[in-house]
Amino acid sequence: MKNKFLKAVFVIALGSALVTSCKPKSSGDAVSGDAAQKAYVAPGKYDEFYNFVSGGFSGQLSVYGLPSGRLFRVIPVFSVDPEKGWGYSEETKPMLNTSQGFVPWDDLHHTEMSQTNGEVDGRWVFGNANNTPRIARIDLKTFKTAEIIELPNSAGNHSSPFITENTEYVVAGTRFSVPADYSNGDVAINTYKENFKGHISFVKVGKEGEMDLAFQIVTPGVNFDLSHAGKGKSHGWFFFSCYNTEQANTLLEVNASQKDKDFIMAVNWKKAEEYIKAGKGKKQSVKYAHNKWDEKTHTAKSEIKTEVLVLDSAELKDICYMIPCPKSPHGCDVDPSGEYIVGSGKLAALIPVFSFDKLQSAIAKKQFDGNYGGIPVVKYEAALHGEVQKPGLGPLHTEFDGKGNAYTTFFVSSEVVKWDIKSLKVLDRVPTYYSVGHLCIPGGDSKKPFGKYLIAYNKITKDRYLPTGPELAQSAQIFDISGDKMKMILDFPTIGEPHYAQAAPADLIRNNGQLKFYKIGDNNHPYVTKGEKEAKVVREGNKVHVYMTSIRSHFAPDNIEGVKLGDEVYFHVTNLEQDWDVPHGFAIKGADNGELLIMPGETTTLKWIPKKVGIFPMYCTDFCSALHQEMQGYVRVSPAGSNVPISFSVGTNLPANK
Amino acid sequence: MTTAKISTVSKVLLLIVAALFIGSIFVPMWQIELNAPQYPEGLVLKLHANKIGGDVDIINGLNHYIGMATLHTENFIEFKILPYVFAGFGLISLLLIFVAKRKAILFFFITYIVFIALAGIDFYRWNYEYGHNLDPNAAIRVPGMAYQPPLLGYKQLLNFGAYSIPDTGGWMLTGAGILLFAIIFKEYHLFKKRS
Repeated sequence: MKNKFLKAVFVIALGSALVTSCKPKSSGDAVSGDAAQKAYVAPGKYDEFYNFVSGGFSGQLSVYGLPSGRLFRVIPVFSVDPEKGWGYSEETKPMLNTSQGFVPWDDLHHTEMSQTNGEVDGRWVFGNANNTPRIARIDLKTFKTAEIIELPNSAGNHSSPFITENTEYVVAGTRFSVPADYSNGDVAINTYKENFKGHISFVKVGKEGEMDLAFQIVTPGVNFDLSHAGKGKSHGWFFFSCYNTEQANTLLEVNASQKDKDFIMAVNWKKAEEYIKAGKGKKQSVKYAHNKWDEKTHTAKSEIKTEVLVLDSAELKDICYMIPCPKSPHGCDVDPSGEYIVGSGKLAALIPVFSFDKLQSAIAKKQFDGNYGGIPVVKYEAALHGEVQKPGLGPLHTEFDGKGNAYTTFFVSSEVVKWDIKSLKVLDRVPTYYSVGHLCIPGGDSKKPFGKYLIAYNKITKDRYLPTGPELAQSAQIFDISGDKMKMILDFPTIGEPHYAQAAPADLIRNNGQLKFYKIGDNNHPYVTKGEKEAKVVREGNKVHVYMTSIRSHFAPDNIEGVKLGDEVYFHVTNLEQDWDVPHGFAIKGADNGELLIMPGETTTLKWIPKKVGIFPMYCTDFCSALHQEMQGYVRVSPAGSNVPISFSVGTNLPANK
Repeated sequence: MTTAKISTVSKVLLLIVAALFIGSIFVPMWQIELNAPQYPEGLVLKLHANKIGGDVDIINGLNHYIGMATLHTENFIEFKILPYVFAGFGLISLLLIFVAKRKAILFFFITYIVFIALAGIDFYRWNYEYGHNLDPNAAIRVPGMAYQPPLLGYKQLLNFGAYSIPDTGGWMLTGAGILLFAIIFKEYHLFKKRS
């Protein structure tokens, strides 16, 4: 009896040990021995790649090095940044202007680098504003936002800012269909089917990067999600995934998941250009802002434009075709050859891969399955190259390594899966921590990927780092993909929430003519002070303009009197330094404003409305020199109506009582 | 050999000497390299025959901490004279090809050496002047400290290491001197043992 009991205990113990050992491997096991060596960049050495990562709900763009995962810079784009004066200085305020006025925040989801002949060229990186629809262009010589264009007739600019292979166009597709700006918008929400329309925007990019909204294509109301341009043989086409073809206006979670298949919309933009030449576009009255940064005046200008050319996808044949794609497609990615288009249904358990050649032949043979809102629907099988079977659950995005392989992220099964584009066979899979969204391979959506590293940008962080309360850093992981098997080499936290990212070889950007400082001689700011002798304070009514200089280690002037309550004071600070990495900062007590960070040779303006009588200290905020703490001054504020005259000086206002 | 006329080889060498003198006007003569922890890329002052070049504005900006006077080309009469001096040396060298007398060459060589010596003294004098004549109200005052760069070679000045060496033009002038010396050696038969 006793013996039997012991035996039973032994069996149970052994059984549970077996069960526990069957538990999936922890992440500790997922890291191979030489991971540290692969991600290690020695102090003072440079990374191999620049990684431009969307900041998600931070609205900014972050720049990391690969493979070290080191953060180099956060470039303010769509959100104000008091640290850098972005949206606070008088010069930068117009950059955030929209048809709705000044908008201080947005949500930057995707980045796309400019390309020449389908290869990343290191000139600019574009970013989308997902909330108030806009596209920004960031100049990679200055790492500064150079231009922002608003998109009319749109809401939730999600399938953006993807570009064509010679950066002819950067596109935008509306996530929310809404009544067009040129129609009456005061309609019942449940009249979606009649009144809500989709608009796809094609923004022309000029030689100097300047953006111009060339045309829009109006479509039936759906949610456009992601997009990618054709390349090589499919250059001239653009592919947009869309969901909610059910046209639901409430509880989309259920109501937009009714149909087995939604669409990838193929757009023949060369055909659209022909229609425009033939005068088939309609000019519609709208309002959108176009904001440009001028490097010579160090100032942004915002212009409100009032017209857009619209092409009707139902009326004008052969521009748009719908390709059925299962389970509310999200990612829409084109392989380096331009032949294969990968659709990713958010809840699908397979990946459909379409063939551009088959699509062309299906269109030629009119292998259609009716139409959707006047747009022909191509038969699913007619355009299909094949399906990747049992890849995982919930495919989202795909990038390519240029060696015939595709890498797809799976949100639900939290993994990256490598598969062969032609044979559609799964080759390898690795877990991610946790629930990966976008991924990036340097050049991974171009004709020429650099298939050495893969970065997974995850949506859930949980226990990856030391805990920081309820709110955690976001998590990304770098994998070495140079061999047959993907190997995790590094975890690194990111700012905001990373969505799509781009990466390019470091030398391409390092050697693109990086600007080190602005030449003071070329500074055409209307309030520039090109030397201390020109420093002055000028009263114009209740506006007081301070023409101020900063050089190590003083401001000129640094004693200012004669400011009165009711005045608006503008500090126009010019940094007179002419060397790399000698910025100065500026801040004044009590200002309901940000600080200024002024790069060498630059002029920047801080507006200050004093609210109290007294002495207000100001100082340099960017540690500039051994005597940085001495770089300070005072402004005297007198009551309204006081007769203290304007006076200013540096070094000459000596003690009154000896 | 009884004739005082110089050989063809020496004439060719004189032509080269003339070219070196003229050429030295167009390239920097001397450089003072400065290195500090904050300047891994280094700063450099380039002394041309007619101007001060290189990172002169940056160096002027830094020198205000120690109260050193700022450097400006127009404050040195040397930069007005030197181009003419070197052009003159070049013309004399050409002329000597036609004069072709070894005594004349010897005289020119001695003149040149005297000039170099004077130039060296002048350079030292300016270095001394700038290194010692400091604003008493400067932010950084180290008792007994002077900031005179070395005439030739390396010296540590606070956080900066200063390295003073000839630049292209300096080497050209050195070359001209060596060639002149070689001509004299040859023409006075100093290579051959007296018998």
